[in-house]
Amino acid sequence: MKGILRTRRALGRQTIAYPEGPARFPERFRGRPALAPERCTGGCHACTEVCPTEAISGAGSPALRLDTGACLFCGLCEEACPERAITFTRDYRLAARSREALSLAGDVPQLAAALDARMRKLFGRSLKLRQVSAGGCNGCEAELNATGNVQFDLGRFGIQFVASPRHADGVVVTGPVTHAMRPALIATWEATPAPKLLIAVGACACSGGPVSGSPVCANGLQGVIPGVAVDLWIPGCPPHPVTVLDGLLRLLGRLEGNDLRVEGTGVISPGNR
Amino acid sequence: MPGRILLLANGQATDAAAAPRLPSADFQQVLADAVTAGARVSAFFGQAEADGAVRISAVLANDRQGSLGLLSTVARGSLPSLAAECPALERFERVLLEEHGLVPAGHPWPRPVRLGGEAAPLFAMAGGEVHEVAVGPVHAGIIEPGHFRFQCHGEHVFHLEIALGYQHRGVARLLAAGPDRRTAVLAESIAGDTAVGHALASARAQEGLAGVEAPPRGAVLRGVALELERIANHVGDLGALAGDVGFLPTASFCGALRADYLNALAELCGNRFGRGLVVPGGVRFDLPADAAGRLADRLAATFERVEAAAGLFFTSPSVRNRTDGTGVLTRQAAATLGMVGPSARASGLRVDVRSTHPFAPYTTDSVPVVTSPAGDVYARSWVRLEEARNSARLVDRWLRDLPPGPVRVAVPALGPDRLVVSLVEGWRGELCHTVTTGPGGRFATYDVVDASFHDWKGLELAMRGGQISDFPLCNKSFNLSYAGHDL
Repeated sequence: MKGILRTRRALGRQTIAYPEGPARFPERFRGRPALAPERCTGGCHACTEVCPTEAISGAGSPALRLDTGACLFCGLCEEACPERAITFTRDYRLAARSREALSLAGDVPQLAAALDARMRKLFGRSLKLRQVSAGGCNGCEAELNATGNVQFDLGRFGIQFVASPRHADGVVVTGPVTHAMRPALIATWEATPAPKLLIAVGACACSGGPVSGSPVCANGLQGVIPGVAVDLWIPGCPPHPVTVLDGLLRLLGRLEGNDLRVEGTGVISPGNR
Repeated sequence: MPGRILLLANGQATDAAAAPRLPSADFQQVLADAVTAGARVSAFFGQAEADGAVRISAVLANDRQGSLGLLSTVARGSLPSLAAECPALERFERVLLEEHGLVPAGHPWPRPVRLGGEAAPLFAMAGGEVHEVAVGPVHAGIIEPGHFRFQCHGEHVFHLEIALGYQHRGVARLLAAGPDRRTAVLAESIAGDTAVGHALASARAQEGLAGVEAPPRGAVLRGVALELERIANHVGDLGALAGDVGFLPTASFCGALRADYLNALAELCGNRFGRGLVVPGGVRFDLPADAAGRLADRLAATFERVEAAAGLFFTSPSVRNRTDGTGVLTRQAAATLGMVGPSARASGLRVDVRSTHPFAPYTTDSVPVVTSPAGDVYARSWVRLEEARNSARLVDRWLRDLPPGPVRVAVPALGPDRLVVSLVEGWRGELCHTVTTGPGGRFATYDVVDASFHDWKGLELAMRGGQISDFPLCNKSFNLSYAGHDL
């Protein structure tokens, strides 16, 4: 018991300062891509030639767009672009309420809108979620688990992952939705009492990600559950736990405004990306 | 057996035509003899040829000599099963059946491996006293899907069968269409918690096929990333094991400490799982000396905390009581199944690619192989801590003394009609990528074997004669990959 207390004291408070304080990210962390289509010169397709998931469209023209739902945030396009028309910022806020809104054209903060007043009243102070991995590689699953650890501590917001869909207010899906998992995913959704939320986490659930076009999977959650629209899309490969927190808190109306506070970690000198 | 087995070294490419094609009976005999003599089956796969024939290739690892052997045969319709004689082959033969329709004649349980789910019949016992417990594919936590079927009498487990395949995304088939701009991210997605390991196995395979090597600084940074991945997962597992026995201090502490290792990977390359770091030819990001020193200092402080958190776990009598003698897997069972990684080492097997089939930087910086004879949950926990210790020492040494020079070299086009076997010791054990190129230098075949493919059967056996309430703890002590198995 003494050892436990001693270790507890040595480790100190572990919970991050976010959202009241800043979130800390390494210098090389790649968050929301910022696009400058006016820099994009005619005929150059250097970015689309390296992009592993065809997330970029309209390259070489003012119609340049980047779909963060397909983006793996590898940064190869930023490396390839001779004009710095695509750069990755450390803005960790990436979630959106519609699949279309994940497609970015400029350099504008991506802030997910809140649920309507009735749903906020129902879920705002207590949200229980059931997670289903439908072909996730265990990257998104690991980061969703991390949201519950003592650092990110999802529980302090009244949000919790629960064991049974019967106890849940929503289903969080990771993975491209393999054909083999589709029936179990639909059964889980149907077992969850209404009103309920459907949330897609990660590039695979948003677009199929690295395995898009595979003959044994869907290309993500869109249209998988007949007649049900996805309420929140959280892109990333995998999304950082703070990105997940930001999406959920904005959805519940617990976080508003465009106040972005990002601090470094002090390991790699700024500018040495 | 010269002429019947092609000898290879890890990552060294050879002429694809050099692989001997044996008559079926010889192939079976040579294979069975080699496995009986102690060789491990690292890979065993089919490749469709003209007019319904299937070429079967086997990759054998001789851990004592540090060599790899390759042999092949051509089969049509069926082949005699070696599963009863060499259980390490049984799952591979089932894959041949479901992917190529090759019937393994005499196989005791030719159930589909990835395409069956619960629909294909599972083993069932008969009798009024026996009951079945079915779990999954959706589990209670944030976990990948799989179906577990227990044959029980009360708490007592007679038999467990694990039906996988729910995670089948067709990754291997997509990889075989390369090399292309998707190759690296596909390799990283085989198992997202082993992104560095599989990216490295894939990159080294391509380097072998192209005839280049990563420069020393790049090789050491790869070693740093591979060991950080190992520590992150081992520390996370210790926390999860503590959680499963209700010992919450270590569960909480290790959850936070694991993040320090993920964050260290993000310092290197911007991603907490090391995605985007390893590329054919080296690594994409260098680490300046001052930053490497700062990172080493932080990680040294973190590991002191890991020691403290783990110390609480290993010295607690209540933890000891729950883990000692729970889920025992004998050395003989682990060896017969061809198991790899910490699960095999905790049953006393000396298998570790870093030691037996090393590549730079492990050729110069050797890693002790950590083993325990006990084969129980305690042993699988203890082996993880010891391995994390060794990895932490290596990372510290490497970060404080990075070799000078570039981190990456250009990789020319892959050579035509070449073959390479690339082994990497991921945190779960051996990762094997066997790749051949066609006449144009594109991939002709791309076979992936994740450590979990060898080890799932071990979990089934470890549960025999145990209590069903110990299953979550046993499962966590193996912590195998579903995605890596299902591909």
